[in-house]
This record gives sequence, C-alpha cells and structure tokens, in this order.
Amino acid sequence: MSNDRRKFLKVAGFATLAVTGSRALGAANLAPTPWLKGGGLEAKRWAMVIDLKKCHQQEGCTKCMDACHLEHNVPKIEIKKHEIKWIWKESFHHAFHEQEHEHTPESIKHSPIPVLCNHCDNPPCVRVCPTEATFKRESDGIVMMDWHRCIGCRYCVVGCPYGARSFNWEDPREHMDDITENFPTRMKGVVEKCTFCETRLRKGLPPACVEACEYGALTFGDLDDPDSEVRKLLESNYTIRRKPQLGTEPQVYYIV
Amino acid sequence: MIDKAFVGSKKYWSWVIILLGLIGIGTLAYLYQFENGLGVTGLSRDVTWGFYIAQFTFLVGVAASAVMVVLPYYLHNYKAFGKVTILGEFVAVGAVIMCMTFIFVDMGSPYRILNVFLHPTPHSLMFWDTVSLFGYLVLNAIISMVSLGAERKGIAPPKWIKPIIYISIPWAISIHTVTAFLYSGLAARPFWMTAVLAPRFLASAFAAGPALLCILCLIVRKVSKFDPGDQAIRNLAKIATYGMIVNVFLVLMEVFTAFYSDIPEHLLHFKFLYVGLDGNTTLVPWMWLSAALAVFSLILMINPKTRNNFKTMVVGCIAIFFSLWIDKGLAMVVGGFTPSPLGEVTGYAPTFPELLISIGIYAMGALIVTGLYKVAISVREHKLPAKMVVTEKVASETA
Repeated sequence: MSNDRRKFLKVAGFATLAVTGSRALGAANLAPTPWLKGGGLEAKRWAMVIDLKKCHQQEGCTKCMDACHLEHNVPKIEIKKHEIKWIWKESFHHAFHEQEHEHTPESIKHSPIPVLCNHCDNPPCVRVCPTEATFKRESDGIVMMDWHRCIGCRYCVVGCPYGARSFNWEDPREHMDDITENFPTRMKGVVEKCTFCETRLRKGLPPACVEACEYGALTFGDLDDPDSEVRKLLESNYTIRRKPQLGTEPQVYYIV
Repeated sequence: MIDKAFVGSKKYWSWVIILLGLIGIGTLAYLYQFENGLGVTGLSRDVTWGFYIAQFTFLVGVAASAVMVVLPYYLHNYKAFGKVTILGEFVAVGAVIMCMTFIFVDMGSPYRILNVFLHPTPHSLMFWDTVSLFGYLVLNAIISMVSLGAERKGIAPPKWIKPIIYISIPWAISIHTVTAFLYSGLAARPFWMTAVLAPRFLASAFAAGPALLCILCLIVRKVSKFDPGDQAIRNLAKIATYGMIVNVFLVLMEVFTAFYSDIPEHLLHFKFLYVGLDGNTTLVPWMWLSAALAVFSLILMINPKTRNNFKTMVVGCIAIFFSLWIDKGLAMVVGGFTPSPLGEVTGYAPTFPELLISIGIYAMGALIVTGLYKVAISVREHKLPAKMVVTEKVASETA
C-alpha cells in the first residue's frame, strides 16, 4: 500500500518534472554516494535497535547524547523553546503515548526513552521540503540534510511526526564550549537533525551514540543483511516503533 | 495611468505618509530579526509557524475572493459588478504581495529563497503554492491594468484578455486549495488533516474577502466622487453572508467529528482552542470572541433589513472579517501545533518585533491598494457622467 503510494508519487513527480524543465531533473537525481565505495561501512538499509531494558539500568546516563552532541557541534541552548537536539530523552508518555495505558509498569512509564530521527523509509520531511535540502539517500536509507541549501522554511519540522528536527532560532556558534574541528558548525536559520553519523560510517566507524553506549543498549546495522546484529535482535525480541500507524516506516526499533 | 497615484489631496498624502512610516518601522524590525535570527519571534521548537504564516493563510483567502466579483461579472454578465471588479482585482494584487512578503519574513535563510526555483520540487506543496501565487499575481495585474487602460481610453478591452480572465477564475480557487493542501496533507498534524480544510478555507475566503470589499466600497464612496453602486455593495454583502454561513457550517462539522469520535489527538486541539489545555488558555478568549462575532454577524447579515441598511451592514461586515481573521489569522496555525506530536503544550504569542514586522507588511498592502484604487478612481471620476448613466441603466434593467 505505502509502496503503491510512493510509486504513484514518483510517477506524478516525474510527469511534473518534465514540465518544470531539465534543471528539475538534475535535482531529482540527487544524493549520490560515491564515498561509500571507499573503506567505509556500507549497508543497504541502516537501522537502529534500542534495548530499553539495558538502557534503563543506567539511571541518569547521558553518554549517547553527550557523545553525539559533541561530535556534531550541537549547541547547548538554555532557552527550552530554542533547543537543538539530535538524540535526547523523552518520557514514555511523550514518545509512545498511544501505547501507554493506566497500568503500564511504573518502571517503563517513568523511564526516559532515547529518541532521535527515525530515518523513515517513507519520510514526510523529505516529501514536504521545497528545495530537496533534505533527502533520503537511496543507497542506504539515511535521511540526509544539505545545510547549504536549506532555506529555513521549517516545513520539515512541521511535517515530522517525531519532533526530530531542530531549527536554529539563534546563532548556534555562540552556544558551544568546544568545537569539534572535523565537523561543520551550522548557522542561524537552518534546520538540522541526526544523520546516523554518515561521516563516521564513511570512515568505518559506528555512530557516535552507539560507540558511546558501553552497555550495549544501542545496536546499529544493516536491516537488509539477515546475519546482521539488528536483524537478530528484531527476530528474537518483540520490538515497537514510534507511530507506526502513520506509514512512515521508522527505522529505529525499541525493545521494551 | 500610474501617475494618478502621485497626485492627491492633503488627506490622501497624510494617509500615504502614515503608511510609509509604518512600513519604515516594519523594515527596521525586520532588519533586527534578520540580524538576530527568528529567535526574536515567539516561535519555538513546538510552535514552528505562527503569526506570519497565519497572516499569509488569511490573506491568500482575501486574494482568492476577487473571484467572487470576477465570476458573476464575466461569466454571468452581471453588470452591477462592472464597477467593483477592478476594486476586487486590486485588492487581490495587494493581498498576494502581502502573502509573499509574509512567507519571505518567515524564512530562516531568506537570501536562499531562489533555491525554491533553482531546485523545483514538485512533491512539495510549497513549490506549488509559490507557483500558484506568482501566477495569480501576474494574472490579476495584467487583467486589471489592461481593462482599466481600455476604460480610460473609452474603448473596449482587447479580445485576448477574455481567456486570461477565464483562467483567473479556477486559478483563484486553486491558490486557496493549494494553501490548504500545505496543511491538510500532514500525518504529523491531525488538526489540519481534514478533507474539509480546503472547502473551509474557500468558504471563509468568500466571506472575509467580499466583506472587506463592501467596507472598501463604502470608504471609496465617502472619499471620492466614484460610487460603486448600492446594488453592487448589497450583493457583495449577500455573497459574504452565504460564505459565512457555509464557513460556520463546516466549522461545526469539524467540531462534531472531533467530539463524537472522541479520538484524543483530534479532540485535544479543539480543547486547547476553546477551553485551554494543561493550563494554557491563551487563545480561549479569542476563540469565543470569534464565535460570538460569527453569530452576531449572521444575525445582522441574514436579516434583509439589517443587511440592506448600510449602517448595520458595515457592522456585520466588520464582524465577519474580524471573526474570520481570529479563526485563520490566529487560531488555525497555532491550534495545529498545540499539543505537539509529542503531546507538549508550548505557549506562543507574537513578540513586539514580530508584530511590528506584520503591521509593516499590512501597511505595505494598504499602500499598494490605496495607490491602485487612486488610479482606478481617478480614471472613473474623469469620465464619470456617461459611464454612470449607462451602468445604472443596465443595472436597473438586470434587477
């Protein structure tokens, strides 16, 4: 069903592209992935499994978030309304409110859930972006961002059902203690979010959050590979995803 | 022809200078926002769009409503609207330019705005909205200027303008439909995800637009020798009334669906708007004021006695316009963001710079409409006697 819709959108899109000119065709073929041919990690479909049981044993732990935010020069902004977050903690009530009930175990109800961009198979943010500044990399499914193309209209923020996107309401560079040299900082007026650490994957490294979690709560791998760690976890555990009813096909899975 | 906008009475010039002053203040406020980022507005992670986008949405409706005078005049040959079509088209021109400016000031990186054209993206509704708005502006500018130019020379407008006028009719419907699609296709926002959003947008547009035009006609009649005619004004009021009735009906449909189905994610938005959520009641008084004005306006406008009396009619028109402005220009956008998809209730109110920028844009729209009306009125006043007699005669025959 969702496949049909995507096909339809593609056909409709291409029909219109023919009208809007050859410049548009160039833009539609975006997202080349030459770097994956090098010595980096490759996959057909990257996905993450978060084991909440393991995560919840480490009360107050923020290692994954700290590592991610340091790696990607994510600013620390005091004003809650202007916060930039790539991976952060939400209550079960906020992250999974449709799956919560009166008698949900207290241990689950009150334990924070790490949340991040779901790198959806059918990402609404990509569908709404008017400049293709955000796009899904067909080679491995990562939902990427081009910070040089983003016009800051925030339509993607509006379209994302997970609150995974942050807009730079102010100059982020004024809110950084240390700047990691090998990763760009952003400027005010653009949207940003988790990239599944595509720059690290290119270098053959796992995502920063996965590496930082010493407790093995975060597993990252290729969903297309039946022998991958993520596939094994998904086959041996009951997992849930955030708002699966919306048809976005999120690729972050949670073991409750 | 345009030169007519540069000659005028002292009153005319003082009005123009006031508007220019407001535009100047708005520009300074925008420079402040440009320098410091959109953080100077009341917007946030959760309420990502606010006053600017809401004004844009409301004004697309005002722009589209020109079709309510164009259609009867050109398709049904309804002569009484002969004198107001140009006024409707000029309002559309002013409104579309305001829409575009509101979008522009809402951009985080406005200097990259051309990316929308450099990388056209047909799967984004925002792309289509840009296309339809630009097209509508061009259509209305051409139609109004060509027909007014012909009128000034006392000749019939060229034949090639007819198909352009016909195209402008469905085009007007399209601009507001596409604007509704910006919202109604988002799985993340259940408040907007309703098929009735586009029809509701159109109904409220066809109420607020003609109501505004009624008010403008009465002003024009007062400040100039040009009279759009009682019959035209009365029929505009009738159109506004029907539009308002349909709009109220559609709002009630929404309320029924949300409350009877009792699905929290639909219901909570209505609760936020009408009774408040998690202690946040910012919009509650506005919503009830909007509802009260809607009822009040319908009482005045449905009753033929009060509708045909210009004194009470103008009150009804103001009530319609303001009721719908609250609904679309305040509540519709913010209501869709509260609660957020994660269930968070974050307060929003436009800040001082945000309001100054918005007032500046409205002043710019008012200046454009004033200038264009001045041109139209000067052309009409110039050749008043003959034209008046003919149109009045035709009008009385049609009636």
